[in-house]
Amino acid sequence: MAKSPKLLQDKEIVVEFQDVSYGVGANNLLFDLNLTISKGEFLVLLGRSGSGKTTTLKLINHLVIPTAGKVIVHGRATEDWDPIQLRRSIGYVIQEIGLFPHFTVEENVGLVPSLEGWKPKTLKRRVYELLDLVGLEPGKFAPRYPHQLSGGQRQRVGVARALAIDPPILLMDEPFGGLDPITRWEIQQQLRHLQAQLGKTVIFVTHDIQEAFLLATKVSLISEGKLVLEGTPTQFKRSQHPEARRFMACCQISQ
Amino acid sequence: MNIVDLILSNLFSIPYGGEILLRTGEHLILVAIAMTIAISIGIPLGIVITRKPKLAKVVLGLANAIQTIPSLAIFGFLISVPFIGGIGKVPAIVALSLYALLPLIRNTYTGIINIDPTIREAGRGMGMTDTQLLFQVEIPLALGIIIAGIRIATVISVGIATIAAAIGGGGLGVFIFRGISTVNTQLILAGAIPSAFIALGADLFLGWLERYLTQPGQSKQKYFLLGVLAVLMTGLLLGIFGLQNPQTETITIGSKNFTEQVILGEILAQQIEAKTDLKVERQFNLGGTFICHEAVKVGQIDGYVEYTGTALTAILKQKPITDPKKVYRIVKQAYDEDFQLTVMNSLGFENTFAIVIRREDAQNLNIKTLSQAAQYTPQWRAGFGYEFLARKDGYPGLAKTYGLKFKNTPQQMDLGLMYKALAQKQVDLVAGNSTDGLIPVLKLVVLEDDKKYFPPYEAVPVFNQETLAKYREIEPALANLAGFITAEQMQQMNYEVDNQLRPVAEVVKEFFTKNPN
Repeated sequence: MAKSPKLLQDKEIVVEFQDVSYGVGANNLLFDLNLTISKGEFLVLLGRSGSGKTTTLKLINHLVIPTAGKVIVHGRATEDWDPIQLRRSIGYVIQEIGLFPHFTVEENVGLVPSLEGWKPKTLKRRVYELLDLVGLEPGKFAPRYPHQLSGGQRQRVGVARALAIDPPILLMDEPFGGLDPITRWEIQQQLRHLQAQLGKTVIFVTHDIQEAFLLATKVSLISEGKLVLEGTPTQFKRSQHPEARRFMACCQISQ
Repeated sequence: MNIVDLILSNLFSIPYGGEILLRTGEHLILVAIAMTIAISIGIPLGIVITRKPKLAKVVLGLANAIQTIPSLAIFGFLISVPFIGGIGKVPAIVALSLYALLPLIRNTYTGIINIDPTIREAGRGMGMTDTQLLFQVEIPLALGIIIAGIRIATVISVGIATIAAAIGGGGLGVFIFRGISTVNTQLILAGAIPSAFIALGADLFLGWLERYLTQPGQSKQKYFLLGVLAVLMTGLLLGIFGLQNPQTETITIGSKNFTEQVILGEILAQQIEAKTDLKVERQFNLGGTFICHEAVKVGQIDGYVEYTGTALTAILKQKPITDPKKVYRIVKQAYDEDFQLTVMNSLGFENTFAIVIRREDAQNLNIKTLSQAAQYTPQWRAGFGYEFLARKDGYPGLAKTYGLKFKNTPQQMDLGLMYKALAQKQVDLVAGNSTDGLIPVLKLVVLEDDKKYFPPYEAVPVFNQETLAKYREIEPALANLAGFITAEQMQQMNYEVDNQLRPVAEVVKEFFTKNPN
């Protein structure tokens, strides 16, 4: 009984885009997007700057509302969700991390649990557990303020904060953009293990193809607001789509 | 204890020490109450407009517009507004609150709008409600800028509060107005120095608060401090009700803001106190004819002394008439019919406009009359008060009658500063009042109005008829004052106050002792 639902869950669809378009005024940014993300999948949305990846991500937690079509999360269209409840069930890590500068690391990580009314003791235990999980020594880092951390440490805090109430879905918007290559590599490795270990569904935005290959179980290539390619990293490498070829070309140069 | 004693004894040994303490206290309370009101309106309003960008333009535009209105104009406007208007502390607080609004609204708005959008988005993305985002993120992050706004508003208020004295709001402005009208630098400093210290102190304290609250950590102590401040402010706000003057058996006598007016107000007050059982409250140094008139009309003050010529031209807007009896008749009738005000008999002297020059000039050039002076004026500079420049019966008519021309456009000057400017040769001719005590002292002379241009300005008590009907003893008590004061006596009393720096109450008491009625 314990095993059969798990098998089923492997194919359970967590997020689904149905003919989603989005635009501001007459200016369309996304066109007829169809996308399904299954439980436990690590989906990387790859594309150039301005291609519409971030918008796609924000459609999932209702920060952006589709002008046509539907985004379905856990079987319910985002418009039918209470946006607050929806967002609390989705972890969110953004480009500039967005740590609150007036909160300590402990308060930042514990924000969502405290909004959910957790007791201080449980909250503290959870925060320490999370800091451990992302490789920050709790006793040392919990009382610090964001400005007292290095870039990599801040990113780790950002990840810990997103995981605080154990949301099944994690949205990450170019979270490792500003890091040096070594720190970046370390933290990417860590994220990969973390995802495998916790079984989260991750939707990850990047324009870095190496990062995409390292992390993704599935890559979705977005170009000028359209989904042009979807597949495993291996399938991506073999693709003849011109935008995919361009990305591959960069990859070869840097290697 | 010892230190307090020491400070107190030193304070009382300097001139006006006791009154400085009183006025400083009044000043502080005015500013604190006004700031409390302004904060409780301005900050929420600033927050609301961050949510409604369209409203933001309107609100900020309006607050900006209020800021550009001259403060005396706001005070003047408020006199005829019911509940929040009139004279005294309440309208002063209303005006101060209005002025404090702009920096509060603008800083709150700017502080919140300028928060890094990624922080706001992170908060929203994690499922914070708008209220949670506001109180846990936006306000704490904007706090430094908001407190900077409070700081600016407070310092502005300390300055503007000095003008509150013009409508009987008390505070340190009382010294400043009295000092200006009596050309007494010491008095001006007695108001200006403490006011500067209050401004500096407020700035230092709020600067410290700003730094303390924006440093990280110690949230409990911060909330405690904010709590204590909030309780203090609320206490003050409740105190505002204590400021409303209880309407008991009290008569309020007003006066305009120059020495003779204050003396005349005191004469009315002492006469009523001596001849009746009524208590008299003094609301002297109100900012000009208009404010006194409005105040007596609505019963904010019960009476004051007006001049018939002023009433005819400035209040009734009629052309100047030279026959004193005719002027008195017209004014008495119009006041009775239009304003329900009783104009009593003349106190006996006239305070007409007087064109004044230095005695040495008069002697050197051998001139006694305005007609004689006209040939020299093209080389002279003139200084006139605002009223004289603006009034029909003032400068424009005078210039026409005598064909006066000046070297420059006549300079607009404060009444109190004019004589000093003349004596120090910054100007060569000023328009003063015939009863001014400074004229003989500063070695000045009055030029004769040989073409009888100036209308008569007899001093007459003006009273609210409701008050007279309610307290029937007032009218007979004041009847004794008809024809009681000569121009020389008035000049003498003005001199005693202006130049001997004697307290008004004492000078008036002496006058009554020498001239019993």
